[in-house]
Amino acid sequence: MHGTRILNEADRLMTVCNSCRYCEGLCAVFPAMEMRRAFSDGDLNYLANLCHACGACYTDCQFSPPHEFNVNVPKTLAIVRAESWAAYVWPRAFAGAFTRNGLVISLVAALSVAAFIFGFAALNDRQVLFGVHTGPGAFYKLMPHNAMAALFGAAFLYAILALVMGVRAFWRDIGEPVGMKTDIGALFRAIRDACELRYLDGGGVGCFNEDDRPTDRRRLYHHFTFYGFALCFASTCVATLYHYLLARQAPYPWWDLPVILGTIGGIGLLIGPIGLLAERWKRDTVLVDEARYGMDVAFIVMLFLTSLTGMALLILRETAAMGPLLALHLGVVFSLFVTMPYGKFVHGIYRFTALVRYAMERKTMAQGACE
Amino acid sequence: MAGLNQKFDVLVIGGGNAALCAAISARHAGASVLVLEGAPKFYRGGNTRHTRNMRCAHDAATDILTGPYTEEEFWDDLLRLTGGQTDEELAKFMIRESKDILNWIVEQGVRWQPSLGGTLSLGRTNSFFLGGGRAMLNALYLTAEKLGVEIVYDAEVVDLQIEDGMFLSAKLKQPIEGVSEVRASTLVAAAGGFEANIEWLKEYWGEAADNFLIRGTPYNRGSILKMLLDKGVQDIGDPTQCHAVAIDARAPKFDGGIITRHDSVVFGIVVNKHAQRFYDEGEDIWPKRYAIWGRLVAAQPDQIAYIIFDSTVVTSFMPTLFPPIAGATLAELAGKLGLEPAALEKTVADFNAAVRPGTFDHTILDDCRTEGITPPKTHWARRIETPPYLAYPVRPGITFTYLGTRVNKQARMVMKDGKPSANMFAAGEIMAGNVLGKGYAAGIGMTIGSVFGRVAGREAAKNARN
Repeated sequence: MHGTRILNEADRLMTVCNSCRYCEGLCAVFPAMEMRRAFSDGDLNYLANLCHACGACYTDCQFSPPHEFNVNVPKTLAIVRAESWAAYVWPRAFAGAFTRNGLVISLVAALSVAAFIFGFAALNDRQVLFGVHTGPGAFYKLMPHNAMAALFGAAFLYAILALVMGVRAFWRDIGEPVGMKTDIGALFRAIRDACELRYLDGGGVGCFNEDDRPTDRRRLYHHFTFYGFALCFASTCVATLYHYLLARQAPYPWWDLPVILGTIGGIGLLIGPIGLLAERWKRDTVLVDEARYGMDVAFIVMLFLTSLTGMALLILRETAAMGPLLALHLGVVFSLFVTMPYGKFVHGIYRFTALVRYAMERKTMAQGACE
Repeated sequence: MAGLNQKFDVLVIGGGNAALCAAISARHAGASVLVLEGAPKFYRGGNTRHTRNMRCAHDAATDILTGPYTEEEFWDDLLRLTGGQTDEELAKFMIRESKDILNWIVEQGVRWQPSLGGTLSLGRTNSFFLGGGRAMLNALYLTAEKLGVEIVYDAEVVDLQIEDGMFLSAKLKQPIEGVSEVRASTLVAAAGGFEANIEWLKEYWGEAADNFLIRGTPYNRGSILKMLLDKGVQDIGDPTQCHAVAIDARAPKFDGGIITRHDSVVFGIVVNKHAQRFYDEGEDIWPKRYAIWGRLVAAQPDQIAYIIFDSTVVTSFMPTLFPPIAGATLAELAGKLGLEPAALEKTVADFNAAVRPGTFDHTILDDCRTEGITPPKTHWARRIETPPYLAYPVRPGITFTYLGTRVNKQARMVMKDGKPSANMFAAGEIMAGNVLGKGYAAGIGMTIGSVFGRVAGREAAKNARN
C-alpha cells in the first residue's frame, strides 16, 4: 500500500499494464514499467513524470472506461505527477501552493505588479515616470541597473535553489544516488528527447486531444512556447554580457542581437501559449487532471503576459508609456521567477530529470542484454 | 449521415478487423458501403480488440521482423498445428496473399512495432500492432470513415432475407430508431463466432459451460452465423470445438482479454478441486502447450484448477494481473483455496519425492523430470518446498469457436448444395474454420481476417457492379 489513494491507483494500473504491454511502443513510460515487477512511491512518481500526457495509451487501451478494469493511465499519472511536485517541493512549507495554484500564482503576480508600479511611482518624479526616455540607459532612469540586477538576480537564484532542492529529493526517491557518476551519453539522449518532445507524439501519429483523431498541434504549440521562452532567456543573457563585458546599456537598437532574439522569442511566446490554451480548453476532460486546471492555465497565462508586456514595452519604449509598461513587465517577470518552483514550470524540470533516468536505465538494460 | 433507406452496394455485418478490411477494400473498388456493428462504439471490433499481432509470410527480415518466414514454412506450420484439418488450396492462397497484407494494412493506417516484451519467440514470424489491437481498429475505422464508409454502432441484425443463396435484405434493430430494413446488392458477413453465447456452448459442453469465462466481448453471440447456416449456407469446422486457455478464475465473465492468462504452469504443478494432479505440466514447450490447458481444466470437476508453485519461481514468468494467493504452509494455502489440506500436502509430497535431479532450463525440453508418479511431469520438474507457497486459480477462458461458413477463394459463401452464393461473402472468424480446422498459432486469426476481408470486399464490390 502506498501513501496516497492516487498512488494506489497508479500501482493498480501499472500492474494491469505490466501484464498486457501492448502500449510499450508508444512512449518511455511502458518500457520503464517493464523493468519493474513492483512499484515503490518513487517508481510511480518517476513513471508519472516520464509521461508526456499524449493520451495515446488511453485511446488504444481495450480496458479504458467503460471497461470494468477502468484503465486511465494519462489522467492517473497526471494527478500523481502534480502530487509528486508538491511532495518534493522546497521548502516543504510551500507544498500547499500546488493545491490552489491558480489562486496562488494570480495573487503573487498581482502583488508583484502592484509593488513595481507603486515602487516606480514612489521613487520617481512624475515627470520621470511619464517622461520620454531614449538612448542607452533609458530604462535605468526609472530603476537603477544595480537595483534591477540585484533584485532579479536574487529572485532567479532563489528559484534555482528551490528547483535543485526539489529535484534532489525526487532523484533520491526514485532510487538514484545523489552525486551520481556523470553519464554524458544518457544526458545527451535526454536533452534530445526533451528538445524534440519525442514522447508527445503518440508513438508517431501525434497526441490525442479532443477526440480519437491524433494531431501534432500540442507539440507544435509547446515548441513555440519552449523555444520562445528559450530565445527570450537567451536575449536576457546576451544583454547581460553586453552590459558587463562591452559596457553597452539597454535599450538596444532593433537590429541588435538581444532585441532580435527577444522579438522572435516573444512572438513564439505569444503564439505558443495561445495555442496551448486553446488545445487545453478543447482537450477531452477524461484525459486530464481537472483539479489542476488552474495550475495549467496560470502558467500559460504568465508566459503569455511576460511576452505581451515585453513586446508592448519594445514597441512603445520611446513614448511616455515606457515607464508604466516597464513597471508592468518587470512585475510580471519577477512573479514568474519567484513562482517558478511552485507551479507548472516544474513539469519541464522533473520530466527532464525522468528522461535522464530513463536514458540511463535503458543503457543499463541494453548492456545487460548483451552480457 | 446518409439514410439507411438507400440500397448499398455492399453491406458489411460485423466491426472487427475482417469487417473493416472488407469495407475499406470495397470502398476502394468504388462501392457504397454500410457497416453494421452490433456492439456499442467502445466495444466495437469483437475479438480484434484483444489481439496484438498478425502472422504474415515474408521473404526477408524487415524493420520489425527479425528474419524471413517463407510461404513454405508458414504452410508447414499450419499443416502441423491443424493436424491437416485445413483446405489446402484456400490456406495456400491465404498465405500467399498475407505477404502483401503486411504493406496493405500499413497503407490503411495501421502501424507496426517489433515484438512485445515477453514474446521474443514471435519476433521473426509475427508483426505486432503498435498500441495493440484496439489501436489497429482505431486506425482502420478512421480510414474507413475518411473513405466515406457508413458505420452504425449498436446495430443488431436480427434477421436476414435470403432466397436461393441470394441475399436480399437485413432486418436491423437499433436501441432508439427501432427495427428497419436494410437493402444491399451484396453481403459480407464478418460477425465472428459464438463464443459469448453460453446457451449455444451448452449444447456441446453441457452445464460446464456456465463455468467458462469468455475472453472477448459479450457481443460475439454468433447470431449471424446461425442465420446463415439455417438459411442454406454450408457449414465447416467442428461445432463442438472452441479455443480455450487457462485464465485466472478471478477474471471477469467477459472481455478480460489477454491479461488474465497464466504462463506459469511450467514452474509448478496443477491440481483440481480434489488437490489431485491430472496432466503432465511439462509436456511441451509453452506456445504449443498454452492452448491445451483450457480444455484440460474444462474437463475437471467444477471446471476449476490451481497452479501451485513456491517462492523461488515468482519472478520467472511475466507479472500477472491478479497476485498469487499465498500461504506460509501448504495447509494454509489449501485453506485459502478451499482445498483439503491433507490432500494437497500429500500431492506435493508425492510430487517432490518423484522429482529426479537435473539441470533446469525452461527454454528447452530439459532433463528435470519425475519418476514413479502418474501423471508424470516430464520436463522442468523441481521440488515445491520453499515457502511461501503460492497459487493461481484457473478456469477455461474461451477465445473463439471453430464452426463457420464454407467459402471459396473469392471468400464467397458456398451453399449446402455446393453452389457458390450469388452475392454473399464471409471473412474473419465466421469462416476461419476453412483454414483453421483446429489448433491455433499466434496471429493467424488476424491473417485470416485481413486477407479474406480484403478479398471479400473487393469481390463484393465487383459483384455489386455486375
